[in-house]
Amino acid sequence: MSAFVEPRDPIQAATEGGYKWGFETAIEMEIAPKGLSEDTIRLISAKKEEPEWLLAWRLKAFAAWRETSEPDWAKVKHPPIDYQALHYYAAPKRKPGPKSLAEVDPELLATYEKLGIPLRERAILAGVEGAGEAETRPDVAIDAVFDSVSVATTFRETLAKAGVIFCPISEAVREHPDLVRKYLGSVVPQGDNFFAALNSAVFTDGSFVFVPKGVRCPMELSTYFRINARNTGQFERTLIIAEAGASVSYLEGCTAPQRDENQLHAAVVELIALDDARIKYSTVQNWYPGDAEGRGGIYNFVTKRGACRGARSKISWTQVETGSAITWKYPSCILQGEGSVGEFYSVAVTNHHQQADTGTKMIHLGANTKSTIIAKGISAGRSNNTYRGLVRMMPRAHGARNFTQCDSLLIGDRCGAHTVPYIESRNPSARVEHEATTSKIADDQLFYCRARGLSQEDAVNLIVNGFCKDVLKELPMEFAVEAQKLLAVSLEGSVG
Amino acid sequence: MLEIRDLSASIDGKPILNGIDLVVPTGEVHAIMGPNGSGKSTLSYILAGREGYAVTGGEVRLDGVDLLTLAPEERAAAGLFLAFQYPVELPGVGNANFLRTALNATRRARGESDLDAVQFLKLARAALRDLAMADDMLKRNVNVGFSGGEKKRNEVLQMAILKPKFAILDETDSGLDIDALKIVAGGVNALRGPGFSALVITHYQRLLDHIVPDRVHVLAGGRILRSGGPELARALEESGYAALGLEAVSEDTAAMAAP
Repeated sequence: MSAFVEPRDPIQAATEGGYKWGFETAIEMEIAPKGLSEDTIRLISAKKEEPEWLLAWRLKAFAAWRETSEPDWAKVKHPPIDYQALHYYAAPKRKPGPKSLAEVDPELLATYEKLGIPLRERAILAGVEGAGEAETRPDVAIDAVFDSVSVATTFRETLAKAGVIFCPISEAVREHPDLVRKYLGSVVPQGDNFFAALNSAVFTDGSFVFVPKGVRCPMELSTYFRINARNTGQFERTLIIAEAGASVSYLEGCTAPQRDENQLHAAVVELIALDDARIKYSTVQNWYPGDAEGRGGIYNFVTKRGACRGARSKISWTQVETGSAITWKYPSCILQGEGSVGEFYSVAVTNHHQQADTGTKMIHLGANTKSTIIAKGISAGRSNNTYRGLVRMMPRAHGARNFTQCDSLLIGDRCGAHTVPYIESRNPSARVEHEATTSKIADDQLFYCRARGLSQEDAVNLIVNGFCKDVLKELPMEFAVEAQKLLAVSLEGSVG
Repeated sequence: MLEIRDLSASIDGKPILNGIDLVVPTGEVHAIMGPNGSGKSTLSYILAGREGYAVTGGEVRLDGVDLLTLAPEERAAAGLFLAFQYPVELPGVGNANFLRTALNATRRARGESDLDAVQFLKLARAALRDLAMADDMLKRNVNVGFSGGEKKRNEVLQMAILKPKFAILDETDSGLDIDALKIVAGGVNALRGPGFSALVITHYQRLLDHIVPDRVHVLAGGRILRSGGPELARALEESGYAALGLEAVSEDTAAMAAP
């Protein structure tokens, strides 16, 4: 006689799932020779027609990079990276920075269509706005970055009318040099850490956002990053500035082709919020995670930091991390302005052999600053998922408050969840609260759902989405739906 | 019609069910009573397809369909419903979302189309009214922070919405006050009819005052030892299992029966 339910082999089941964004675009590329040297940097700078000061800035970063070494404190393992075996510049063969969508290579547009990223602006005729509009999806302005360069930025005119600048950072260097020079590296200095220094030396493109005083950005801004070329690192740089009273919501998405080798992605994101400004930065990170055996995948070594410079300013990071073979990422807030607020909402999912070491830093400098950290880690397969977070209360942070909640969910018995909180308080009036839980998806929860007719996979999704609800509700609506689907795909077959 | 033929099962090599024969014809409600550790809950879990039990013999058919080869969700799709003795909490999962997901899974299995949120809400509100439950029950997370009575009512709510062909109620009356008991019984009685049958597992006669069974079976030592009409339940209530020559099973066996 047989047991009632045939247990499924979890490994076999897991490999049935797939990364649906793993295709490669055949397009003619201009690629710099492999290797990193001052010459490489000069080449990149020349390609971008950069001013002298930026080249000097890059070279200073390169010098700093050579002085530092890869951080070794994260709970991740990987073979040594040969930085001389990478290409540091790859661009679709066309003049970078097309003036309008009509100039964009149709092959690139097709790639983004395939990824579900609409780059075509919908023509809305004056006076008939909304008339006959079947689509309810709100407009989102998108900057699309393909390997090293930005290939299209949509809705620029609409934004310009509101005074908002949204363009590739390479263009901002040319068109708005004073702004770039003032803020670039002001939150993440060139020598901040190994990967930030590398990025500062070789960054090729990324998005630049400037929201002037008192302006509420009229639409969501979004950048979609795509790595396509082989053996190419992607080093994008994003700089977002919200002047006093301004507000902006920015979304970031990313995918890469499915390859057997590992690819390096080392981005830097800097946010600056002046008095009463608000910046909401949401990420759905879906870089190729490698296959079920741990082959291939992106090394995602990213430095993201926001400075709440002004009083009552607020920076909110929301991230859903499902991709990458290795994630090393700590979106942070420097709470300088009095009464400023930092938030970090994170869902990090690891499956198969993925490794994630992610969390945040909340540095409280000003009085009555407040931070909230909600981190949800989900581990499945043989993966390792670490939350690493620092809350630091500086001597002037009178009355500052932090609340941290870290929850880990384990699926199966071969994965790991780790929580590493660092709490430093140098002000006796500051309050820091930390709560942490670790749980498993219980067999009785799965059985309860299945007894109500849900398949095993639907049951896992339902439970996982419930677990992540506090974070997912922070995402802009349409992203939240996408994130839920992504969670489902990432955990496909994770329960045997 | 549910047919159980010579069903034997064990946990970790220890026999719990020792050849159960039981037939519940369509349209009938049968009650199972029995001392602690007699195998009542094991029987309900095995019928619903919970892992961790080894079936060592026999078969179970629902309207001719061999249940034992099906996954739990396939049994639900075939029309089986288990009202849990200990309903499970699902943090962060809204009751409405859970119910609609379950209902649509069931509807798809029957070849019916999904209900949208509006259609579902209409249906759910009507069911809530019948069970004297507040609308906010739908907004809360599944069983999280529910009182014992609320959990049981939530089970009956699920049953009312999923409309199974065959329901097993595993000690649904335990922990209910008399008002809640009447509401729960009302929920079961509302489903009674030619297309519905049920197995009501209980320790107490009082539930059977409200859900009057067509037949009563006494389970002890993993076997059906006696069957009769509703009067058998009353006799048990008055004189206990010992008077029927049935020994209560030791605590060890009782603990074993609940994995």
